[in-house]
Amino acid sequence: MFHWLEKHPFFFAVGVFVTIAFAGLIEIVPNFAEASRPSIGTKPYTTLELAGRHVYIKNSCNACHSQLIRPFKAETDRYGDYSLSGEYAYDRPFLWGSKRTGPDLMRVGNYRTTDWHENHMRDPRSVVPGSIMPAYAWLFENSADVDTAYAEQVTVRDFFSVPYNQEIPMKDGSKETVVLADTLAGAQASALEEAKLVAADMKDKSVQDAVSAGQIPEIVALIAYMNSLK
Amino acid sequence: MENRPLEYDYTVAKMFMLTTVLLGIVGMLVGVILAWQLAFPSVNTILGSGVAEYTNFSRLRPLHTDAVIFGFTLSGIWATWYYVGQRVLKVSMAESKVLMFLGKLHFWLYLVGVVAVVVSLLLGITTSKEYAEFEWPIDIAIVIVWVIWGLSLFGLIGMRREKSLYISIWYYIATFLGIAMLYLFNNMEIPTYFASGGIGAWWHSVSMYSGTNDALVQWWYGHNAVAFGFTVPIVAMIYYFLPKESGQAVFSYKLSLLSFWGLMFVYLWAGGHHLLFSTVPDWMQTMSSVFSVILILPSWGSAINMLLTMKGEWQQVASSPLIKFMVLASTFYMFSTLEGPIQAIKSVNAIAHFTDWIVGHVHDGTLGWVAFMIMAALFHMAPRVFKREIYSKSLMNTQFWIQTLGVVLYFTSMWIAGITQGMMWRAHDEFGNLAYSFIDTVTVLHPYYTIRAVGGTLYLIGMFLFAWNMYKTMTAGRRVEENELQNASPMAA
Repeated sequence: MFHWLEKHPFFFAVGVFVTIAFAGLIEIVPNFAEASRPSIGTKPYTTLELAGRHVYIKNSCNACHSQLIRPFKAETDRYGDYSLSGEYAYDRPFLWGSKRTGPDLMRVGNYRTTDWHENHMRDPRSVVPGSIMPAYAWLFENSADVDTAYAEQVTVRDFFSVPYNQEIPMKDGSKETVVLADTLAGAQASALEEAKLVAADMKDKSVQDAVSAGQIPEIVALIAYMNSLK
Repeated sequence: MENRPLEYDYTVAKMFMLTTVLLGIVGMLVGVILAWQLAFPSVNTILGSGVAEYTNFSRLRPLHTDAVIFGFTLSGIWATWYYVGQRVLKVSMAESKVLMFLGKLHFWLYLVGVVAVVVSLLLGITTSKEYAEFEWPIDIAIVIVWVIWGLSLFGLIGMRREKSLYISIWYYIATFLGIAMLYLFNNMEIPTYFASGGIGAWWHSVSMYSGTNDALVQWWYGHNAVAFGFTVPIVAMIYYFLPKESGQAVFSYKLSLLSFWGLMFVYLWAGGHHLLFSTVPDWMQTMSSVFSVILILPSWGSAINMLLTMKGEWQQVASSPLIKFMVLASTFYMFSTLEGPIQAIKSVNAIAHFTDWIVGHVHDGTLGWVAFMIMAALFHMAPRVFKREIYSKSLMNTQFWIQTLGVVLYFTSMWIAGITQGMMWRAHDEFGNLAYSFIDTVTVLHPYYTIRAVGGTLYLIGMFLFAWNMYKTMTAGRRVEENELQNASPMAA
């Protein structure tokens, strides 16, 4: 059979393809629907948070920081409850990372503050002596891309039925709604409102001036995103 | 006329040889910068704080991985394909104007893609998925380049005079099919600009999969991009170049059959070992762990087949630096394919995952196996495509030892760093509290990061020696006749 295949490239290629393809089918397909179902208490991102997530991705924060807490005592002691599949239901793409040069950030919103992030991003060694993380000064200069974040929200709502403007059950039995504006201008306005809340806790004068003038520096969006990680 | 040997046309092979050397240097230079940044964070602002955004670790890291995978390695794969393909199929590129055109188009479109990738990654335009960072416009360009290679690959096979496909061709076909399947499925994404009616950045897209599913598809891709980029085509190379250079017949046809079909069958199952203890289903984790261990069989099958090909001719390892490169590559392949399965065992993975041990594993595979084999292939090809003697044998030897030392420093330091960090993360004191804060587990790594940076720098120096040797071979090597090019490559002292 193998000798015959080696003289018939077409059938050889078909044979190779079948041999390599079915492992993927068997491993990926069976749990596909189940794995994308959200847990109770998991909300989709607001416009500003999503813009912050884009800042996180733009700077490849995931190259050094994971967002996956494994079910070990050492990990739950350090980072909080271990991760559940449903908590990632609105993560496109996933940001688990593959290397912890720095600590896990899955629940960083539980134990770090806006103020801490502000100092840390400007000069990591001012809050963590010995840190090898680079400073991210340009986040204070560049503006966040709210428009693209809004475009993504609209896309995931339309294509993947992400529940914006719908009641979402929370762990304590209450319901919350994540508002998605009807228009881009509406989304920009609501992102700015959210940005003002973050900037109020920040010390940097230029950031506060920018937000007062209707702009959203990348650092504000990034902190809004990190505060949402719980 | 009938008895005259075929004149092969190496135009396209030469083009890809050039990008192999250039992108190899670029990719490894970025890697060395990254290594020094981890040891000494001030290197992040090496060109001043004004451009720190473009020189800091996180922005450069995807550029390093993509430049060595899709720049250096892929160029090497194609350089050897446009050389080996013609020779084992007994047909010249010059016989078909269409194939020649496709070959050149393949190269130039690839080069455009490389430029687009470099620019977009420096600007921070990325999907964040490892080795699949490119946004949708570049993805489409990559698919087009891949299809052109496919046309060129199957076109040459369609014209062949040698009816039976040699082992190397099996592996090139598998490379083509495997990457095509993986790349397409992992990059399923929706451009948000079009989906939202023209809002925001036109290049931005959102993944069709979310969370756990996205992770699963990504590591099915990520692991098997390693399979079909770093293993399969490199095995194709060694099956051609080692027997050619040594003048020995492949040790066992049956072993090559077993290894090939075994590798095809087993590799794809193992992707889930990147997700052990994550939120992907438990049965899948166990399955990937088990298949990772089974993977030792087909991997060692190829490696042993190659080493036994040298049976009775081991003196060549001492006398020829070219054989040295290939035998060491094969040895590192065995080493790396034993290390990988060990790391995929769940209890080992609990310590190894997220640490530098994984980085060490990747690099003993890529530096020791992939890059050594690609450079050996180019050294073997150079006298045949340029009709000149290799410029300097002693330079080759020097390069070999500098780079071998570099790899050894790299993986040993990363082993120690990884296991140290993994153990410190999980250490508890007598009261059951965590024994170390996270930063303790970072500062302790400084000496190992420094050793690794030295190792990487040595390897890069070897790359410059390689480039110089290739350049001098091309321009100043003694001209050789066809009868000098039978087996062992001619090289000047």
